[in-house]
Amino acid sequence: MEILLGSLAGILMAASVWLMLSRNLVKFLLGLVLIGNVANLVIFASGGLTYGAPPLIAEGMTAPTTAVANPLPQALILTAIVIGFGLVAFTLVLALRAYQELGTVNVDAMNLAEATAFSNDKKATVVDMRDAA
Amino acid sequence: MSWLLVAPILMPMATAALVFLAPADRMLRSRISVLGAGALTVLGAVLLFEVWIHGPIAGDMGSWPAPFGITLVADLFSALMVLTAGLAGTAVSVYALADIDFDRAAGGFDSFLQMLLAGVIGAFLTGDLFNLYVWFEVMLIASFALMTLGGDRRQLDGAVKYVAINLISTVLLLAAIGLLYGLAGTLNMADLHGRLGRLDDQGLLGVVAILFLIAFGIKAAVFPLFFWLPASYHTPPIAVSAIFAGLMTKIGVYALIRTFTLIFPAGIGLITEIIFVAALATMAIGVLGAIAQTDIRRIIAFQVIASIGFMLLGVALGSTLAMAAAVFYMVHAILLKTLLFMTMGIIGREAGSFELANLGGLYRSSPGLAIAFFIGTLALMGIPPLTGFWPKLMIIESGLEQSATLAVATVVIYSLLTFIPLIRIWSHAFWSPGPGAPGGVDLDLARRDERRLLTLPVAGLAVVVVLIGLMPEPLMQIANGAAAGILDPTAYLDAVLGTHADGVAALTEPVR
Repeated sequence: MEILLGSLAGILMAASVWLMLSRNLVKFLLGLVLIGNVANLVIFASGGLTYGAPPLIAEGMTAPTTAVANPLPQALILTAIVIGFGLVAFTLVLALRAYQELGTVNVDAMNLAEATAFSNDKKATVVDMRDAA
Repeated sequence: MSWLLVAPILMPMATAALVFLAPADRMLRSRISVLGAGALTVLGAVLLFEVWIHGPIAGDMGSWPAPFGITLVADLFSALMVLTAGLAGTAVSVYALADIDFDRAAGGFDSFLQMLLAGVIGAFLTGDLFNLYVWFEVMLIASFALMTLGGDRRQLDGAVKYVAINLISTVLLLAAIGLLYGLAGTLNMADLHGRLGRLDDQGLLGVVAILFLIAFGIKAAVFPLFFWLPASYHTPPIAVSAIFAGLMTKIGVYALIRTFTLIFPAGIGLITEIIFVAALATMAIGVLGAIAQTDIRRIIAFQVIASIGFMLLGVALGSTLAMAAAVFYMVHAILLKTLLFMTMGIIGREAGSFELANLGGLYRSSPGLAIAFFIGTLALMGIPPLTGFWPKLMIIESGLEQSATLAVATVVIYSLLTFIPLIRIWSHAFWSPGPGAPGGVDLDLARRDERRLLTLPVAGLAVVVVLIGLMPEPLMQIANGAAAGILDPTAYLDAVLGTHADGVAALTEPVR
């Protein structure tokens, strides 16, 4: 099972790296979703797998009598999933807003913030500052 | 004393909630924010005092004993950082009163700023690796909001890069934490100390160490992982840039120091050598990059990168003196980068542009600003008796002791080259007559009020920088104590694990 999970994590990782190398912001986002799942699988696999032994303590006892699965990695993953979900939702909206404002999803064309001093960027800066003031 | 550990985290959180619930009155909300940040500074000072008198303080949250539950720990290093972060937070929240426009304030700027502080303080005070990840996320989400708040085109462009690279670094950190848990069976930092050196699989441990190095390296903007910083830091309003430049990268360095002194055994997987080379390269690229820029905000952004290299050099040299230099420099860098970014903001406002070529005449129109900038410049270059001088002296001394000639040479050249971009700002913005008519004389009343608010935190930080420079002894003693605590964490371990350190070791072996 560890081998299976490990291979799955590897395949997902390869796919996510391939997606993230894309110039398309949407593909990059999909890669980000995948790589988050890779991290969760890694925690799950490296935390140790135990079959059919939920970490429940029988009534009246204070400690489990048999070997049980370790609940901690699952708690970690649960936390990571929740946080990851929030971040992906935010990033999706950011990508949408960036597309609406900048008119492209090609990250190579998103160079407004780093335009050189020799482009017509100077004029834009002056206007921005007057607006702010 | 566990309330004293929780209070600095709760204070900004409570302030954030209070600001959000307060009536939608711009000034009322911002004043609550200033008060909250001020209270945080006071709490930081009290915490530092307690730790200085009694040694490291630890508290088990929810009364779960140390290696099982989440522990908050304050040693000298983290308490000093909490105080410094409070100072920077206070300065920026005052600056934001005038710098942040109405729309951004209504969008929740003050709440996000406070949550950012909460995340930063939490990351400083936690004693648990997974909890560190959670605080990083708190800080990150708040920083994303600050970065994009207002939705200006340039801002969105910078934010895409900032968000993307930070999410990747977060995933790497999470994977590294998962692997480490699989190896060691615990995530309590004090419990991990010493346990990792006894593991059989040192090869895999080396891989995990590299994962941590890359994850925190991205946060700290270490060469070659720094490209996101100059691409994004100049796009949001100056108040946001200032708090980012002051705090965000330093958290990465803080986490690097904790990870590679407390958690991992010394000399694992060539880490020290990698950090040494990366530190020198970061200093070089930061200072050369600053020379190449013409936007004054991006000049300071590259200076932020250069200062990260300096701190890492202290970590790589590894002696008590070098580590103390890194801690001292961290305080200096947090205060100074906040100060400089705020100064750039005022220059930009006065001149109507951030391009060097468009600036001029500010020496006549704003002499006070000129003095503040001049102090900041001298402090950054390391001219005695200002703050930059002392850590540079300490690191050169420690480099000479270890005959690390290359390190000493790089520090000296770096300090000299720092001179060039800053003096370019000085001569363009202040000494040249400038393209337009000098402003300042015909300021109307509202603008004058606004400028007073902008200048107040700059002047305040400048005074702190001068005071620390003139009386470095207290900070130097604290930095030395912090460095000693970093290199020999016995007191830290005792505070966290207490007497049952050996008893629980058997219980927390990984379940297979």
